[in-house]
Amino acid sequence: MLGNLFGVLFDGVAYGALLFLISVGLSVTMGLMNFINLAHGAFAMVGGFVAVELMRQLNVPFLLTLPAAFIAAAIVGFILERTLYRRLYRADPLDQVLFSIGLTFMVVAAGIYVWGPSQQPVHLPEWLRGQVSVFGVGLGIYRLFLIAVVVLVTAALFFLIERTRLGAQIRASVDNQEASAGLGINVSRVFSVTFALGSGLGGLGGALGIDVLGLDPTFPFKYMVYFLIVVAVGGAGTISGPLLAAIVLGVFDVAGKYYVPSVGAFVIYALMVVLLILFPSGLISRRS
Amino acid sequence: MTKSNLLSSLSISDKLPAPRVPNAKWSKYEIIFWLLPFIAFFLFKGYLVLASQMMILGLFALSLDLILGYAGIVSLGHAAFFGLGAYTAGLLSVHGWGEPISGMLLGAIVAALFGFLTSFLVVRGHDLTRLMVTLGICLMLYEIANKAAFITGGVDGLWGIQMWKLLGIFEFDLQGKTGFFYSFAVLFLVFVLVRRIARSTFGLSLIGIREGGKRMPAIGADINRRLIAVYTLGAGIAGIAGALLAQTTQFVGLDSLGFLRSADLLIILVLGGTGRLYGALIGALVFMFAQDQIANINPVYWQFWIGLFLVIVVMVGSGGILGAVDAWRERRRARAAHSGGQA
Repeated sequence: MLGNLFGVLFDGVAYGALLFLISVGLSVTMGLMNFINLAHGAFAMVGGFVAVELMRQLNVPFLLTLPAAFIAAAIVGFILERTLYRRLYRADPLDQVLFSIGLTFMVVAAGIYVWGPSQQPVHLPEWLRGQVSVFGVGLGIYRLFLIAVVVLVTAALFFLIERTRLGAQIRASVDNQEASAGLGINVSRVFSVTFALGSGLGGLGGALGIDVLGLDPTFPFKYMVYFLIVVAVGGAGTISGPLLAAIVLGVFDVAGKYYVPSVGAFVIYALMVVLLILFPSGLISRRS
Repeated sequence: MTKSNLLSSLSISDKLPAPRVPNAKWSKYEIIFWLLPFIAFFLFKGYLVLASQMMILGLFALSLDLILGYAGIVSLGHAAFFGLGAYTAGLLSVHGWGEPISGMLLGAIVAALFGFLTSFLVVRGHDLTRLMVTLGICLMLYEIANKAAFITGGVDGLWGIQMWKLLGIFEFDLQGKTGFFYSFAVLFLVFVLVRRIARSTFGLSLIGIREGGKRMPAIGADINRRLIAVYTLGAGIAGIAGALLAQTTQFVGLDSLGFLRSADLLIILVLGGTGRLYGALIGALVFMFAQDQIANINPVYWQFWIGLFLVIVVMVGSGGILGAVDAWRERRRARAAHSGGQA
């Protein structure tokens, strides 16, 4: 029973780490640009399909597809931000919601047109398959790998935000756009770079998550709620908030599906509503 | 910037067209509009089922217009009330009570009650929280209906709805004549009620809350109580629409609670124009017609086009079909006044 609990906890953390990786970009978009972006899952899907196609068509090894997924999603994000998203920063939330729903509809339809509605298979390299036994509990190697990647990315992200010039500019723009612009920060460029970075992380998460979340063209709708929950519950505009929320969500979701399968996803929706009522501005709200 | 940000996080928009307050007297266009269904009845006899579904969807969109267009509450989970009404009416009939009107009223009551209970969660918080809470509540209901298959039929949907004769006289026929007039009568009655409410002081205070929520308490209006009232009312009307659909199609699908239904509803309202009451009806008409035409060719294309349409609407930023009509009439009037001045 205890070993069971440990296994569920581990799976939950791995799952949460993945959700965090995909959602952290969304958190920045919502916090920095006040943009309610329901289409964030589409960037993750772009990353996933890039990885799948590279493996299938060009036999690129799995590890190399990950940076490619990141770059592809970042480029798509950058282009869309420059052409469409930036026009709506000052628009009202309803417009943003409609725009991003519309974008998601188009991406889903285009995905079905190109790849068909079925699940995409992924072939993990041999060394990532199977389990290792730690204190008598079998842990999936791929999930360990997943956690390691997310820890690395998160550390890099913290370093970027806290220690570099770009990070200082991002933090300044989040706190006060007008004052930052007055200090000579090119806020519009900071927005573009941040958006591309967030989309890229989403794409990386999408590629990493094919084995855990699955990948088919309805991906953006299927997981939209999860990403939104992570951001809304965690508090938009922070990194630690979504991290905490994603881990909590991941553990509860896995535990709920394991111990009370008859209730299913109900657990996390209920958890979300309760948390949002207790903390209307997120678990860790941005100070400003 | 900070100040305008703060305000925009409280009320949804300066950009949405201001809601219209209906005139006391019905205009000739309105009367013509309400005569159209009778013409449709004789001209398009083969499309009565589609026409009733248009009217039901219009009723559903009307309920969202009340809370979004007038009160400014963005909801991504309005399907919750639609589904509740549908399942209530459907289950009642499956378990032996097939009287349509009482079934519909019970559906409305259940939905309104649930709307009232959840309104306390929705009213607090700003737009993002509202979006998430409404979406979350709707998804919870979806999961319950999905898992409680022994009551609701789960993924297969609820079958075996048997309706008694309407008013004890009119049988629900395959051609959909009874369903057509039943839906029309309910839609018309509810519309008259909503139109009256939009004109009342209560309706005006809702517009006041949407336009400047911070100032309303200063003139003695209790914002939360009004929002709770309108949310409950909107939920009840959505429940009526759901019950109507269950009764006329004699089937309730799990998708009546789905996210896509809420999203479609938003699209319909924006397509027709928010805050105008008729926008909801015209949006439903155009949407259903286009869906019927395009989806016959290929449902995937349909999603793509509706997505493209949404993106364009947001980018161009119009008030929907009725907004475009208004702008055109305004231009024509201006031109007429101009040429009149020259003569």
